[in-house]
Amino acid sequence: MTLALFYIFAAVLVFGALRVITAKNPVHAVLWLILSFFTSACLWILLKAEFLAVSLVVIYVGAVMVLFLFVVMMLDINFEELRKGFWKFFPVAAVVAAIMMVEMVLVLTNRYAQIPGAELVEQAPTVQDLGRLIYIDYFLPFQLSAVLLLVGMIAAIGLTIRKRKNTKYQSPGEQIAVKAADRVRVLKMAADAPLEAPAAPAADAGEQKPQA
Amino acid sequence: MDIQLIPNFLNGLLGAELGFVVWTLLKIVCIVAPIMGAVAYTTLAERKVIGYMQIRIGPNRVGPFGLLQPVADGIKLLLKEIIAPSAASKGLYFLAPIWVLVPALAAWAVVPFYPGFVLSDINVGLLYVMAITSMGVYGVILAGWASNSKYAFLGAMRAAAQVVSYELAMGFALVGVMMVSSSLNMTEIVNKQAGAFGLVSWNLIPLLPLFVVYFISGVAETNRAPFDVVEGESEIVAGHMVEYSGMSFALFFLAEYANMILISAMTSIMFLGGWLSPFPASWPVLGAPSFIWWVLKVAVMLFMFLWFRATFPRYRYDQLMRLGWKIFIPVTLVWIIVVAAWMQTPFSIWN
Repeated sequence: MTLALFYIFAAVLVFGALRVITAKNPVHAVLWLILSFFTSACLWILLKAEFLAVSLVVIYVGAVMVLFLFVVMMLDINFEELRKGFWKFFPVAAVVAAIMMVEMVLVLTNRYAQIPGAELVEQAPTVQDLGRLIYIDYFLPFQLSAVLLLVGMIAAIGLTIRKRKNTKYQSPGEQIAVKAADRVRVLKMAADAPLEAPAAPAADAGEQKPQA
Repeated sequence: MDIQLIPNFLNGLLGAELGFVVWTLLKIVCIVAPIMGAVAYTTLAERKVIGYMQIRIGPNRVGPFGLLQPVADGIKLLLKEIIAPSAASKGLYFLAPIWVLVPALAAWAVVPFYPGFVLSDINVGLLYVMAITSMGVYGVILAGWASNSKYAFLGAMRAAAQVVSYELAMGFALVGVMMVSSSLNMTEIVNKQAGAFGLVSWNLIPLLPLFVVYFISGVAETNRAPFDVVEGESEIVAGHMVEYSGMSFALFFLAEYANMILISAMTSIMFLGGWLSPFPASWPVLGAPSFIWWVLKVAVMLFMFLWFRATFPRYRYDQLMRLGWKIFIPVTLVWIIVVAAWMQTPFSIWN
């Protein structure tokens, strides 16, 4: 059954990945990409790497692709226009791709590139094992990569931040500190005041009260 | 009768692999059917509860005490015409409501109802729920985009921003639970909360700030009042589902209530001790763990959802974002550090 599932997931993954690059509508392309991520998570579950699989879904499908979709939907680009010169540039692109391919093969088949991979463990690694690796065995490299990401984030914000002059904003602290007495003044009105000449004193009171 | 007899019988009848598939499907039916029933009656409960809070009696025409109202509503929605706007992107337009509902139901795969009564007792249960529920927002975004309507699109944009923001606070609240339970398995998380004095050993007390943040974020995640800016009818009509009719609209509705029940169930498992009794274990009947406690806790949390809706006015969008980013996330981060430090001291209660 595992083998059958593998072939089903693999077929879906390959199909989805192909549709990502062939879909005409960018929103459809993003959706196919989501399908590809999800299917690769399924493949990882078959490999018993459930933590990795679920984190792939949490991070990429749950967060990154939402923002991606968000951006793509807002874009106003006619992708048909961009595709017009495709066959004109195709020969150059093909040559570049072929050269890169050859280079990669040369590098990867070199004997210095044959670094031993991670040992396949008999039991599936648990979350505890991963935590031990990340926070004890490889503590420093992990923290360094986190700092690197932080620097990248600060740089991105620093490059794009613009102080707007005309924005209005409120201070919630001040808003909460407001008392009813600051906004409304309840006047004591004599309910049984005589009917003669009620207008003059009432109007006076009304004029004087709002001071702030 | 031993429950294990059924899969054994199926395995004998159909062979190991097919028997396993059929047994799993049976279990799925046993979980999904009561959930859909609960969803239907939550809609009735909502109308009744809000009715009584507003000194009305709510629906009382169909059946005794209006008890058949959800059935009537369901039949009505099934028989209504399904309309698609002429400029809509048809395939995605009809995919969106399904995409909203499926994660709301799929997350139940790892929710334990009682020790052993869980569809899939995986090690990363908590993360699985987070992963699956985070997929639900696509349905909302797609509904907004595929409808080809400004109101729907604005609703979808709001939904995406809101759900992504509150997911972070929710995730951080869960980190605290993971730390004290030292496990991601949901059954394990409940078992860690067992103690001789019932309620005292639940996660609720040491993790109170995380509980509050988690539940309020859960309300925001399900786009329920007071965080229902996604479908704020005074501003954008009904948000992402404004173009939907009949059963395609009903699917959004079902998903909303299924998500409410899911959030309530998750809260009860992670903070309120799931099936554990709130009373000391030495008490004769009341102290025993039982599925009924689980149901009661979920019902209390669901009542909170309805209570909030009847009580609070809708948040303004910028206030909602401020609450998520500037209050909830710092609160959870601080409490995680407090708990982490606490666990390192001799006063740690989680050994």
